Amino acid sequence: MTERPPPEHPDFLWRNPEPRSSYDVVIVGGGGHGLATAYYLARNHGITDVAVLEKGWLAGGNMARNTTIIRSNYLWDESAALYEHALKLWERLPEELDYDFLFSQRGVLNLAHTLQDVREGVRRASANRLNGVDAEWLEPDQVAEVCPILDVSPRTRHPVLGATYQPRAGIAKHDHVAWALARAADALGVDLIQGCEVTGFLKDGDRVVGVETDRGRIHAGRVGLAAAGHSSVLAARAGVRLPVQSHPLQALVSELHEPVHPTVVMSNHVHVYVSQAHKGELVMGAGVDSYNGYGQRGSFHVIERQMAAAVELFPVFARAHVLRTWGGIVDVTPDASPIIGRTPVTDLYVNCGWGTGGFKATPAAGWTFAHTLATGEQHPLSAPFALERFTTGALIDEHGAAAVAH
Amino acid sequence: MLLITCPWCGPRDETEYHYGGQAHVPYPENPAGLTDEEWAAYVFYRDNPKGEFAERWMHGTGCRRWFNVLRDTATHEVLASYRPDEPRPGGTR
Repeated sequence: MTERPPPEHPDFLWRNPEPRSSYDVVIVGGGGHGLATAYYLARNHGITDVAVLEKGWLAGGNMARNTTIIRSNYLWDESAALYEHALKLWERLPEELDYDFLFSQRGVLNLAHTLQDVREGVRRASANRLNGVDAEWLEPDQVAEVCPILDVSPRTRHPVLGATYQPRAGIAKHDHVAWALARAADALGVDLIQGCEVTGFLKDGDRVVGVETDRGRIHAGRVGLAAAGHSSVLAARAGVRLPVQSHPLQALVSELHEPVHPTVVMSNHVHVYVSQAHKGELVMGAGVDSYNGYGQRGSFHVIERQMAAAVELFPVFARAHVLRTWGGIVDVTPDASPIIGRTPVTDLYVNCGWGTGGFKATPAAGWTFAHTLATGEQHPLSAPFALERFTTGALIDEHGAAAVAH
Repeated sequence: MLLITCPWCGPRDETEYHYGGQAHVPYPENPAGLTDEEWAAYVFYRDNPKGEFAERWMHGTGCRRWFNVLRDTATHEVLASYRPDEPRPGGTR
C-alpha cells in the first residue's frame, strides 16, 4: 500500500537507436510481452541481434491500461502450468532485473454469488491444488477475515457464498515492470525502436524475410508478432487469418484513499475486479464491451454496471469518486486462451489472444515465445496453445477462470 | 454508448440490443463434405477489421428481431443498419 514510495528513476533506461537494416529476430510490439520476449531471447538463448518495433511508445498500449492483477488459479492443466510458470518468474524478477516494481503478493479472492459459482470455485481450487497452485476455498466468514470491507451479509443483491483464494497472487506496478524489462533487454544489446510502425511484410515465397516499416525496410531471420489488440490487423498484412476478435475493455481508478483494501477481489458474476494501488487509488476493471472495437474506449453503461456492482460489494466505496476511466483493445479467442507459436507463414510467429489476462502472463509469454523464436519449436508449456488447436478441437476453455465475461 | 437504428423500431440505445458478431456468414452448403480446416474456419474464424464491419445485432428489449449494422470499428460510428434480407450497403466485401 503506501508503506514505501516508488523508487526514483534515472533519466534514461534504454538507448533510442535508429533501426538497422537487418536483425536475427524482429519483434513487432513493444508492450510487456514484446519486451519480455526480447529480454528472454537475450538472457536464455544468447540471441541479442534483436529489434523490438513499437508504433507508439514502449508499453503504451494494454501494458498501460490493465489492472495489474497477477495470479495463476486457472482451471485446466495447460493453463495452470503456463500461468504458474509466470507467477514463479514474477517472484524472482525484481531481484533478477534489479528493479523494485512493487510486486505485492497480497492474494486474490474470486467470489462466488450463486450455487453454480460455488461448484465451479470448489472445483477450480481443487484442480489448482492438484497442479501445485496455492488455492483454497473460503466460506463467507473466512472471506470477511481476508477482506473486511467486503459486504458478506446474506441480504445483498449479490450475496457472497464463498470464494477461491490464492495467497501468492497480487499486483505489480505495470509501468515499472515494462521499464525494468526494457532496461534489461537494452543492456543485453536489444534495439528498442519506438515510433516505428510495421506496414507490411517482406516475403520470399512462403517465408517471411523482414518487415516494411514507416522508417524503412528491415530484414529479419524470424519475425514475432506481439501486438495484442492489433494482432489481426498486423497478421492480415502477412496474409494470415487469426481466430481472434478485438473488443474494448474498460477500467477506471478512484481518487487516492487511505489503505482500506488489503487484497484483490474479483467477481466474474457481476463483472468487476478491484484492488488498491500503492499510491492509494482504487483500481477497477469491467467486463469487455460486447462489440468489436479498436477505439480504446467503450460504452458508459458498462462502467455504470461495474460501479453498481462494486458499491454493492464494497459499501465503503459509495462516496468514492471516479478519477478517470479508459479502455484498451483486447484480442479475444473462442476459448479465452492465448495463441502462441507458428503461423502458416514460415518464420512468422505469433503471440496473441491473451484477451483480458495478458499482464499476469508477461514473463511466461516472453519465456515461451522467446523459445519459439530462438528454436522454431514450441516450448513444452506453450505447445497446447498453438494455432492448430482450433482445427484439432483441443480447445482450452478458460472462460470460467478468465474472470471477465467474454 | 452506441445509438443504433433498428430497421423496424427506429433509433434506440445500445443497451436495448444484443451483439451477434460478423454478419453474412453462411452455413456451409455441404456440411458433410467439409474438412477439419474448413470446419475450423466456419466455427472459429471471423473477420476482425479495423474499419468498416458488417455485424449482426438483435433488438432484445424491442421487436426481438435480428438485423445487420454497418459500423466503423475504429471510430465506433454506426454507418447504416439494414434487414437481414437486404444486401450490405455499398456492396458485399
